[in-house]
Amino acid sequence: MSHAPHGPRALDAEGLAALVDALVAAGYRVLGPAVKGGAIVYDEVASGKELPRGFTEDQDAGRYRLGRRDDEAFFGFAVGPTSWKRFLHPPDLLRFRASREGHGFAVEPADGAPTSLALLGVRPCDLAAIARQDRVLLGGPYADPAYAARRTEAFVVAVQCTEPGGTCFCASMGTGPRAESGFDLALTEGPASAFVVEVGSSRGAELLGRVPNRPAAADEVAAARAATDAARGKMGRTLETAGLKEALQAAAESPRWEAVAGRCLSCANCTLACPTCFCTTVEDTTDVTGGRAERWRRWDSCFSLDFSYIHGGSVRRTPSSRYRQWLTHKLASWHDQFGEPGCVGCGRCITWCPAGIDLTEEARAVARGPVPAKAARKE
Amino acid sequence: MTLAAGANDPILPRPYRVHRVQKETSDTFTLELRPEAGQASFPFAAGQFNMLYVLGVGEVPISISGDPGLPQSLVHTTRSVGAVTKGMGRLQRGDAIGVRGPFGTPWPIEAAAGNDVVFVAGGIGLAPLRPALYQVMARREAYGRVVLLYGARTPEDILFRRQLKEWRADFDLEVHVTVDRATRDWRGNVGVVTHLIPRVPFDPYHTVAMVCGPEVMMRYTVMELERRGVQLEDVHVSLERNMKCGVGFCGHCQMGPKFVCKDGPVFPFEKVRDLLNVREV
Repeated sequence: MSHAPHGPRALDAEGLAALVDALVAAGYRVLGPAVKGGAIVYDEVASGKELPRGFTEDQDAGRYRLGRRDDEAFFGFAVGPTSWKRFLHPPDLLRFRASREGHGFAVEPADGAPTSLALLGVRPCDLAAIARQDRVLLGGPYADPAYAARRTEAFVVAVQCTEPGGTCFCASMGTGPRAESGFDLALTEGPASAFVVEVGSSRGAELLGRVPNRPAAADEVAAARAATDAARGKMGRTLETAGLKEALQAAAESPRWEAVAGRCLSCANCTLACPTCFCTTVEDTTDVTGGRAERWRRWDSCFSLDFSYIHGGSVRRTPSSRYRQWLTHKLASWHDQFGEPGCVGCGRCITWCPAGIDLTEEARAVARGPVPAKAARKE
Repeated sequence: MTLAAGANDPILPRPYRVHRVQKETSDTFTLELRPEAGQASFPFAAGQFNMLYVLGVGEVPISISGDPGLPQSLVHTTRSVGAVTKGMGRLQRGDAIGVRGPFGTPWPIEAAAGNDVVFVAGGIGLAPLRPALYQVMARREAYGRVVLLYGARTPEDILFRRQLKEWRADFDLEVHVTVDRATRDWRGNVGVVTHLIPRVPFDPYHTVAMVCGPEVMMRYTVMELERRGVQLEDVHVSLERNMKCGVGFCGHCQMGPKFVCKDGPVFPFEKVRDLLNVREV
């Protein structure tokens, strides 16, 4: 056999552009990196020529700065403010229209059949995040039809991580920097934008077959593997997860919740940036006659006061209880619900917190318990 | 799990008609709903709820308060407190309403057979318990003593008054009612419902308790039941949280690791005991 169809292949920069064009030609709405508003976001990519090159970014708690690299790399950055849930679980979605008919009304589903999506540049942490949302929205007694319609057919081109960002901690969460499954194709970008391509599905192999590629050389494959292995040691953040769930669940009355609430603005940025946060609310609207109504589903956040409202008032009135809800859900009760943590270590909540609150630091502080007064004085 | 017809899209309300509107008290009412002509009704279990949609106004979770033995008429009793329930209160016979459901876990009616049954209700909390009462009354011989302890704000706020009288007369249901504030002609108990628990006859070692009311009332009720010797695994409570979807997608009803919509609303008390002791959980 001259070449195994699923063995590692190699693409160059033109091959990558051709891959995008092949996805567009196959009828996919291709979503990939784009530079907008001073950040690398995910947006529609109309052709392979549009992919940005030579960008990087500097990330820290409450800080994101777009920068230029001294090479022309396609994926020389970590993750930006957008996550793939924007497309798989959209922030605003019309669920149905209803119109009055005589004394009754008729309900008409509105979502239809969305165009198949191709996700280009999915980092391993984000692949894990998609799998987390799969379990929430597809894995229960009911499946969310809107999510299923977008997710089931989505074509996934992953990009393995070789240069983690300043707020990354996927190595701690066991979700990266290298993905072994969950993709149709996975790219590792090498020097001079030579990509090693792993094939994860037959339709991935089929698509790759439509663009110029060659078998990857053994030393290219070894170098790609070495680069992702090395990335493990370059994480900007770490989080010790052993015993963390139990420690957080035992710390409902920790004074740290009050302390962090003193800095938290309850702005909900973390939940909007988080690739696994799935909460939504609904908004019902009518025209002026009241005869035609629409129901919209919108992203919601457990940081808002209304989120827990029942008659008589909100259950979680204080910002400390809302921060506690978010953090313990993400790192502890998600385990009870879905058998894994709700955090994938992408670092977005740290970068995009306007107050620079660091989830890894808060989790550590709550889990460690209050520092005894003596020890605190010594510091 | 009972899946309703049309459950392949759990998000779409199915059209129902208001068949009857019954004013219960100054701020509560009961709606009896029937499917649109030609549409099938669905079975439900005591303790389950539906999401009720008022065209253009919104949707709220409301417990079913009717008889599970008569699923063709879907009965809900609610208080007018928000925009949607006020909108529901303005509906008249023949008006349309959207229904999604039934959702959630049931009261342990079968498991309670052979035991004494103690129902403890606070205010509108009697409504979610009524389907369980219907079922226990329908098989009255299968249970030992059956007691309802019910706390209302005032004598005017007592729900299902006539029906309780009938059950008391015809089916050996022991009913004790207490009110927070008495009126001039009230000769019954005054005070919190938990004060009734030490005084009523039931065998605590063979009792299943079903409790629904404000959380603080349920916490103290369970303490009193435990003091009488009722085993906590035999105590069940129905919880309330904000809900936007009813099927575990929207996240609003979470209480620690529990989704009240799909893991509840009826929980064995032991499963939520620790959560109920945490403020603002």
